[in-house]
Amino acid sequence: MSGVNTGSRGAISAEDLSMSETREVMLDIQGLEVHFETRRGIARAVNDVDLQLYKGERFGLVGESGSGKTTMILALLRMIKTPGFIAGGRAVFDDGTDLLRLSPEEVRENRLRRVAMVPQGAMNSLNPVMRIGQQITLTMREHGEEGTKVEFQDRVAQLLDQVGLKPEVAQLYPHELSGGMKQRACIAQAISLSPRLILADEPTSALDVVVQRQIMQTLRQLQLQLDATVLLVGHDMGLMAQFAERVGIMYGGKLVEVGAVADVFRNPQHPYTQLLISSIPSFERRGTFKGIPGVGLSLLDSPTGCLFHPRCPQAMERCSRDEPGLTQLGPGQHVSCLLYEKDESHATSA
Amino acid sequence: MNWNYIVRRVSLFLVVVWAAASVNFFVPRLGTGRDPIREKLGQLAASGGLRQDGIEAMVKAYQAKFGLDRPLYEQYWNFLADTVRLDLGYSLANYPARVGDLIGNAMPWTIGLMVISVLIGFAIGTLMGALSAWPGSPRWVRGMAVPLMTMSAIPPYLLGLIVLYILGLKLKLFPLSGGYSPGMLAIASVDYYIDVVHHSILPALAIVLQAVGFWALGMRGMMVTTSGEDYIALAEANGLRNRTIFLRFGLRNAMLPQFTALGLSLANVVAGQVIVEVIFAYPGIGTVLFQAIQASDYTVINGVVLILIMAIGLVTMIMDFLYPLLDPRISHRSGT
Amino acid sequence: MRRFDQVVYYLRESPMLGAGTLLILFIVLFGTLGPVFVDTDMAQPLSTTPRMAPSWEHPFGTDDAGRDLLAVMVVGVPLTMRVGLLAGAVGLGFGIFLGFTSGYLGGTFDTVVRGFVDTLLTVPGLVVLISIASTIREEISVNIMAMVVASLAWMWPTRVIRAQVLTMRERAYVQMAKLNGMSDTEIIWKELFPNLLPYLAALFANAVNWAILSSIGLEALGLGPQNDPTIGMTIYWAITFSALIRGMWWWWAIPIFFIGLVFVGLLLISAGLDELANPKQRKAV
Ligand SMILES: Nc1ncnc2c1ncn2[C@@H]1O[C@H](COP(=O)(O)OP(=O)(O)O)[C@@H](O)[C@H]1O
Ligand SMILES: [Mg+2]
Repeated sequence: MSGVNTGSRGAISAEDLSMSETREVMLDIQGLEVHFETRRGIARAVNDVDLQLYKGERFGLVGESGSGKTTMILALLRMIKTPGFIAGGRAVFDDGTDLLRLSPEEVRENRLRRVAMVPQGAMNSLNPVMRIGQQITLTMREHGEEGTKVEFQDRVAQLLDQVGLKPEVAQLYPHELSGGMKQRACIAQAISLSPRLILADEPTSALDVVVQRQIMQTLRQLQLQLDATVLLVGHDMGLMAQFAERVGIMYGGKLVEVGAVADVFRNPQHPYTQLLISSIPSFERRGTFKGIPGVGLSLLDSPTGCLFHPRCPQAMERCSRDEPGLTQLGPGQHVSCLLYEKDESHATSA
Repeated sequence: MNWNYIVRRVSLFLVVVWAAASVNFFVPRLGTGRDPIREKLGQLAASGGLRQDGIEAMVKAYQAKFGLDRPLYEQYWNFLADTVRLDLGYSLANYPARVGDLIGNAMPWTIGLMVISVLIGFAIGTLMGALSAWPGSPRWVRGMAVPLMTMSAIPPYLLGLIVLYILGLKLKLFPLSGGYSPGMLAIASVDYYIDVVHHSILPALAIVLQAVGFWALGMRGMMVTTSGEDYIALAEANGLRNRTIFLRFGLRNAMLPQFTALGLSLANVVAGQVIVEVIFAYPGIGTVLFQAIQASDYTVINGVVLILIMAIGLVTMIMDFLYPLLDPRISHRSGT
Repeated sequence: MRRFDQVVYYLRESPMLGAGTLLILFIVLFGTLGPVFVDTDMAQPLSTTPRMAPSWEHPFGTDDAGRDLLAVMVVGVPLTMRVGLLAGAVGLGFGIFLGFTSGYLGGTFDTVVRGFVDTLLTVPGLVVLISIASTIREEISVNIMAMVVASLAWMWPTRVIRAQVLTMRERAYVQMAKLNGMSDTEIIWKELFPNLLPYLAALFANAVNWAILSSIGLEALGLGPQNDPTIGMTIYWAITFSALIRGMWWWWAIPIFFIGLVFVGLLLISAGLDELANPKQRKAV
C-alpha cells in the first residue's frame, strides 16, 4: 500500500505544519484503514488515509456515495460494526490519546465528551418516547455529569438557546418538532459536553434549502464559540464552499486531494476533482454533483495502481502500475496523482 | 384524550356486547329451528326427578318469556332485557343454582390465574425476545430464538399435559388437579393461600411457557427493526451505556406494538386458559364451561360466553384508554 | 424448471421455510403412505386389546376403547389437516376478497369493513365457536367443523391484506397502471395480487394454523366430531378417561407429538415466508 512514496509522505506532514503558520494540529490521522469482510473478499472502504485536522477549523469531506466518508467518521467514533473492522492506522489527539487504541469504556467516555456526532437523518434520530430535555439530560448524566434537576433544566435551556430553540422545547416530544428543530435539538445534545471535534455527516441532506442554510449558520457560530473542529461530510458543494475552510476529496476510500476550499474548488488538480467540479452546474459552484461518467468503483476487485485510472481521462500507462502518494503542490494543497509526482520521465506523456 | 373518543370507544364496547348477546340468542334458533334450551327443559321435565317443582317453575318462566307462541322480536327483547340486568337465568343442570352465581364463584380463580400468568409470561417473553434480537447479546441468548419459537407454537393446554406429567405425576412436586386441597377449609388463612398458590403453579406454568414463546417471537421481530433505528445509532454515538440504550431506547420502543398485541391476543389467551383449567380441574370459568358442555347446560354455556366476551371487551377498552400514556405519539385527539 | 430453481432458491435463503416445509411434508407423507402399511380399521373402537403400552405389535400402544393409536394417528392426522386446510382456504379466500376490495376501493365500504373486522377481532373466537358448536353438537362432522372454524378465520387475513393493498395502491406502479388505462379488476389481479403472493402464502399458513388450533381447542372440550378419531378428539378421550393419572402416557403424548409437529412446521413456514416478504427483518441474528 505504501511502497512507492513512503518517503515523501513523511516529509509532507512535517512541511505542512510549518506552512500553516498559527494553526496547530489537533487530530493526526495516519494510515487509517477500514475493511469490510464480504462474501467476495475484503473491501477496503477507507484506504490508507492520512489527514491532519487543525484546532478550531472547519474541514469538509466530499466524494461520491460509497467513497468511504461515513465509514471514516464512524471509525473515528469507533462505531464500525461487523463485518467491518479497523485494520490499521492511528488517530492521535494533541494530548497524545490515540482514538484507535482506547478500551471499550474509554471509547464510550470519549464519545460526546471529545468527539461528538451530528446525525444525518435527524428525522428519526431522537427517541420518540422521551422529551427533548429528558434526552439531553440523560445523555449528560450517562457521562457522569452531576447536578440537581433544576440545574440540568438550566443547562438544557442554555443549550437549546445556543442552537436557537426556545426553552419550552425541552418539554416537547420529537414528533412535535419540525425537521429543522429536531436537527437543532441533536446539535444541542452534541455540544452538551463541549466536544473538541464535531463530526457532521450530511447533517442537512434531509432538510429543505432555507432550513439547511440556517442550520449550517448555527453550526458555524457554535464552532467559533466552542473553538471546536468540525468535520463536515456533504454532497452540496455550495454549502461546502460557504462553510468549510479546507476540503478533502475522497475516491474509493482514498483521500485524493486536500487543500484550502478556494484552491480546490477554483483550481482543482486531481483529474477526479476536476471532473467532479465540472460536473456541477457551474453557476457559483452550487448544487449537488451527480457523479461523473464511467463505471463506479468496485472496492472488491479494485484496479492496481491508481484506483481512478480506469475512469481517468488523463491516465498514463504508469497509472495502472504505480500507486500514487500524496504530493504537495502549493501551501497546504496536496494531491494523490502520478501526474504530479517527481518522476518526470513518466509524467510528461500527459 | 377527549370526550368524543371516549364516547365512541364505549359505544363500540356496547355494540360488541350486544352482538355477542345476539349471537347467543340467534345461533341456536337459526340452523335447525329448534331451541336447545326448550328441548333440554322438556327432557328434564319428562324425566322427572327430585326437584320436579323447581323445573316446572322454570319451564313456566321460560315459556312466559321465550314461549313459541311469542313472536321472535318479543323473545329477543326479553332476552336483551335480561342480559342488560345481567340476569343469566338458572342452570339447567344444577337447578336452583343461578348462572350468575356459578360464574361469580369461578371468576376470581380464573382472573387470579390469568392475570398472574399473563403478566409473568408477557414480562419474561418480552425481555427474552428483545435480548434474542439485540446485537450486543451473547451468542447463546440469540440462539434462544428457536426453542422460544417452538414453545410459542404449542397450545398451552398441551404444554400443560406435559408439565403435569413430569412435575406433577413423576416428580410429585405439585398437586395434579384442583384449586386447593380437598380437606382444606376455604377461609382466608395463610395455609389456605399457600395451598392455593401451590395448586396454581402447574396451570400457570403451562400458560407461562407458551406465553413466553409467543411474546418473545413478537418482540424479536420488533426489536430487529428497532435496533436498526437512527436513534439507537445516535445514542451509541453519544456514548450512552449499552444497558441504557437497550432498556430506554430499544426495549421501550419495541414494546409499544406488544401492548397493542396484548389487547388483540387477549381473546386467544382466554381461550387457551379455558382448556388449561379443564385439564387441571381448576375451579375457574373453564371448568364451569366444560361441565356445562358435558351436561348440555345451555344457559350456563351462554352465560359464560357472554361474560367472557364482555370481560375481554372491557379490558381491551381500558387498554385503549391507557395506551397514550405509553406512546406520546398517540393522543386520541383526532380519531386515530 | 425456472420455477423449481426459484423454490430451491427460497429454501436456501430461508432455512426456516425449508425446515417447516420438510416437517409438513413428513406429516403429509405419514397421512398418505400410512394406510399402505397400517390397517386403518384398527382405528375403530374394540378392534384390539385395550390399554396396551407401546410394543412391537402396537408401536404407539392402544387406548381404553381398544383402538390402535398408530392407526388412529394415520387416520386422524389427515382429518385434522383437512379441517385446517379447508377452514384456512375458506378464511383466506374470503379475506382476499374483502381485503382487496376494501383496500382498493376505499371509501365508506372500506370504513365499514375495517370497523367490522377490528371489532370482531377483539371477540374471543374460540368462545364464540364454543357457543356455536355446542348447539349443533350432534351434527358435527369433519367438514362442518371446518366451516364452523372458517366462519371466524377470515378476519385476520382481511385486515392484513387490506393494509398491504392500501400501501401498494399508493405506489408508483399502480398509478402507472391507472394511467395506462387498466381497469380496477385488472389492476387488482395483474398488479397487486402477484406482489402480495408471499404475504398471502404466509397468511395461509397462519390461517391454517389458527384453524387447527381452534378445532383442536373445540375438540379438547368435547365439541368435535364424535365418530372420527381426529387428533383433538383423541386428546379429549385421553383427558376424559384420565389417561394421565392412570399412567397411559402414550394416549396423550402421541397426539401431542404429532400436533406439535404440525404447529411448529406451520409456524416455521409462515415465519420463513414473512422473512422473504419483509427483507428488512432478514438476517436478524
Ligand atoms: N455494512 C457494510 N458491509 C459491507 N460493506 C460496507 C458496509 N458499510 C460500508 N461498506 C463499504 O464501505 C464503502 C463506503 O461506504 P460509506 O462510508 O457509507 O460511503 P459514503 O458515506 O461515502 O457514501 C461502501 O462502498 C461499501 O463497499
Ligand atoms: Mg455516507
